[in-house]
Amino acid sequence: MATITAAAPRSGLPGFLRHPATGKLLLLAVAAAVLVPLANARWASGSWPNALTIDLTEPLGKASDWVIDNRDSHPLFLYFFGYVSNAVVLSVRAVYLVLLAAGWAGVTAAAALVAWRVAGVRLALGTGAAFLACGLLGMWIPTMQTLALMVVAVLASVVLGVLLGLAAGLSDRTYRALRPVLDTMQVFPAYAYLLPVVLVFGMGVPAAVLATVVYAAPPMARLTALGLRGADAGVMEAVESLGTTARQRLLTARIPLARKELLLGLNQTIMMALSMAVIASVIGAAGLGDRVYQALASVDVGAALAAGIPIVLLAVVLDRVTGAAGSVTSAASTGVGPGEPRSRWTGWAYAAVAAVAVAVAGRLTDRLDWPEAWLVNIAEPVNRAVDWMTDHLYSGVPYVGGTADWAGHFTTWVLDPMRDGLQWLPWWSVLLIVAALAWLIGTWRTAVTAVLAMAAIGVLGVWGPSLDTLSQVLAAVAVTLVLGFATGIAAARSERCERVLRPFLDVFQTMPQFVYLIPVVALFGVGRAPAVAAAVVYALPAVVRITTQGLRQVDPAAMESSRSMGATGWQQLRQVQLPLARPALLLALNQGVVLVLAVVIIGGLVGGGALGYDVVFGLAQGDLATGLVAGAAIVCLGLMLDRVTQPTDRRTKKGA
Amino acid sequence: MTGTRMTGALAAGCSLLVLTTAGCGAADMTKQASPFANAQGARTVTLSVQSWVGAQANVAVAQYLLEHELGYRVDTVQVDEVPAWDALSQGRVDAILEDWGHPEQEQRYVKDKKTIVNGGGLGVTGHIGWFVPTYFAKQHPDVTNWKNLNKYADQLRTPESGGKGQLLDGSPSYVTNDKALVKNLDLDLQVVFAGSEAAQITQMRQFAKEKKPFLTYWYSPQWLFKKVPMTEVKLPAYKEGCDADPEKVACAYPHTPLQKYLNTDFAESGGKAAAFLKKFKWTTEDQNEVSLMIADQKLTPEEAARKWAEGHESTWKAWLPS
Repeated sequence: MATITAAAPRSGLPGFLRHPATGKLLLLAVAAAVLVPLANARWASGSWPNALTIDLTEPLGKASDWVIDNRDSHPLFLYFFGYVSNAVVLSVRAVYLVLLAAGWAGVTAAAALVAWRVAGVRLALGTGAAFLACGLLGMWIPTMQTLALMVVAVLASVVLGVLLGLAAGLSDRTYRALRPVLDTMQVFPAYAYLLPVVLVFGMGVPAAVLATVVYAAPPMARLTALGLRGADAGVMEAVESLGTTARQRLLTARIPLARKELLLGLNQTIMMALSMAVIASVIGAAGLGDRVYQALASVDVGAALAAGIPIVLLAVVLDRVTGAAGSVTSAASTGVGPGEPRSRWTGWAYAAVAAVAVAVAGRLTDRLDWPEAWLVNIAEPVNRAVDWMTDHLYSGVPYVGGTADWAGHFTTWVLDPMRDGLQWLPWWSVLLIVAALAWLIGTWRTAVTAVLAMAAIGVLGVWGPSLDTLSQVLAAVAVTLVLGFATGIAAARSERCERVLRPFLDVFQTMPQFVYLIPVVALFGVGRAPAVAAAVVYALPAVVRITTQGLRQVDPAAMESSRSMGATGWQQLRQVQLPLARPALLLALNQGVVLVLAVVIIGGLVGGGALGYDVVFGLAQGDLATGLVAGAAIVCLGLMLDRVTQPTDRRTKKGA
Repeated sequence: MTGTRMTGALAAGCSLLVLTTAGCGAADMTKQASPFANAQGARTVTLSVQSWVGAQANVAVAQYLLEHELGYRVDTVQVDEVPAWDALSQGRVDAILEDWGHPEQEQRYVKDKKTIVNGGGLGVTGHIGWFVPTYFAKQHPDVTNWKNLNKYADQLRTPESGGKGQLLDGSPSYVTNDKALVKNLDLDLQVVFAGSEAAQITQMRQFAKEKKPFLTYWYSPQWLFKKVPMTEVKLPAYKEGCDADPEKVACAYPHTPLQKYLNTDFAESGGKAAAFLKKFKWTTEDQNEVSLMIADQKLTPEEAARKWAEGHESTWKAWLPS
């Protein structure tokens, strides 16, 4: 392959052929001219040829039976998985009991005081208010269950992530070996983890915690490695010249220098663990996610929202506090931080004493449980609002039609032609298109990965449903990008607009996807249209954020000079800001794709069919073959789409 | 006081550790209680809730009585049907109160592994079928026979059904032969899976609000019949064994007396709670009354259960262990 690419830019070719993109396409065309007739002669069929599929139904069914039959007796389970499971149960239980013992007053005080020490008074007040709101909504116990689960999952993820990150940060070989693994883990949709974990550990907390760890550890590992590798060479040389041992260098120089990345890793890990703690309610994780899930069973948006709000509040509080910790410590290390080390320790001591005092006071006054009288019922007004909305918007709005009509048109005019078109394309042409796109935006390696991922879908025997899913994903991404870029540009041009948007973005980004389920069906009916709507709602905030940030970071000098040349705002945007922000826009596209794909499963819950439905079916029926194959196909789709949309310089952190 | 509670917690933790590591250090995967169970010294029962409201109604009433009459703490976990059997076998939940018949699981867990025992009938008989809204059936009385369904395919068409009539199906966890039925009965219909009961109900109510015709997989007992009256479409009669081969099914669904199942250990040593759950038995009307309060009047399950319990003391008094 290397020799072929080297041969491409030959001298003496006409100018347009010297362009690398043309060379790549030409080579692909040559390869296609040779391979396609061959493939066509052997397996003449439009959709993926049957001869090239492997049916995994039987082996997977057998494997699942084996696990269920041997789970109570085989040493592997008795002496390994059993211990892991017990350890998880015990630690979650221990944390939960401590939280219960502290009572609502103690927990709220402790949280507020930690926020005060780490991030100042304003965030402390916010944190306290957030915890009280959880109680007011009647969600105190579920909140504590989720918190207990989170504490254990985050600790485990951090330990695992730091260990992997240390290995990768200190050894080049491990780094090279680990990178593709982490890359792949990042494009995995969370649901793909659930089924195998459930099979081994059964429904419930251990499976939920372990699935969360798999999902949340990679950013920690990646950022730890990044921090260690990025240590300032000058400082390292200076430390080395002092005659320190390798271990001393690690502990006294490298790790402290990487503190900012470590804290960013912690922040990312917490956010991902929280989103997973909700998803894991599907496999019996209890807590807030389970409340959302149960509320949906009775089609009760209000109750679902009452459980969803504490999740949003927890996410915002944890994000702001760990984020502030990152900026404060980096300030402290440069000498601008708050006070001397000693006074900082006394501050912590005061905080600890105050928290214990509040907890004891709560206990002495016998106010451990959240008082029943202090509850606010938001379910009713919310449900009334949703009812009103669907009553008035579903159909028959004069002139513009109702949301149901729009959904119908969207399905008939956009989704159907796209699906039919993709499924009509001969299988080899799909592979060619994928190869061309991936190669144009990346290297030949990305192209090979993308093509292999796509081919794997065919081999798994789910070519048709995967293209169906792909058409939904493409439609959702297109809508997301149009809305996201427009909103992002507006936010980048006006501070006020951004300030107004920020809380909405926070809410939509952290609100569990299950909450949208009923409203999207009530507005758009059952089918693929509501699935697309749910995906757009979920992916939009990240796209808006990245776009805004990208446009804001455009070099002010370039902006200034263009303005001095008399460019209008529109010209400035089109000719300076957008081209300069191209990497950010590409990243937004990539994130949009990855996040939309993450909602595919939700699509399955509202009639999206295809792969999402198969995964839900697999989980619901304990059918490993259907569920796992569909999950693997989603992973392959994700991998392919990631490669096809991935800007050449790899991003360092996963979405928002 | 914090201290005593903390040491209590620690002691509980230690004893659990000892328990699980006893027996030559083997960890028992069949005894895996939820970490949230029995917190603060309360006796806890964990009940599995399925995604439909009838199951929520059973659990709500059982929970209310267990908590208020017998002094238990009740945890509920929402799990789909098949995984719930697995969870029951492992002791992660103590009981399933409404099972619609899972012969494969019964064979595996009740007969072979003996980790689950039958807890007796729920007193409610379940039936799955195809339904059309009654307003539609009144206009076109012949729609209630499957032989005439093809005539109405046009009226049942939606953007999702690809030119055919739409047969709305529900959650992937439900028992269904609909795809095979459509094929074997040669119907001009397309099965569209709503993917969850919540989505299905929402869609049906939207249709009903506009008095649009629709055809759906549905089941009784169900509270929605009170809000959207529906008439069953007659399918070829059910005969024992006519649904044995999933490929060749061409008959209606059976009537199933719904069953309760308990974890074996819990059934033996669960004390009053287990005895109570075994005796728990009520009628379709009772269940619908509670379901309607939960799903339509949006009462919390607890309030709905309290209301029902206040009006039906004689019924539940009989369930309490003497």
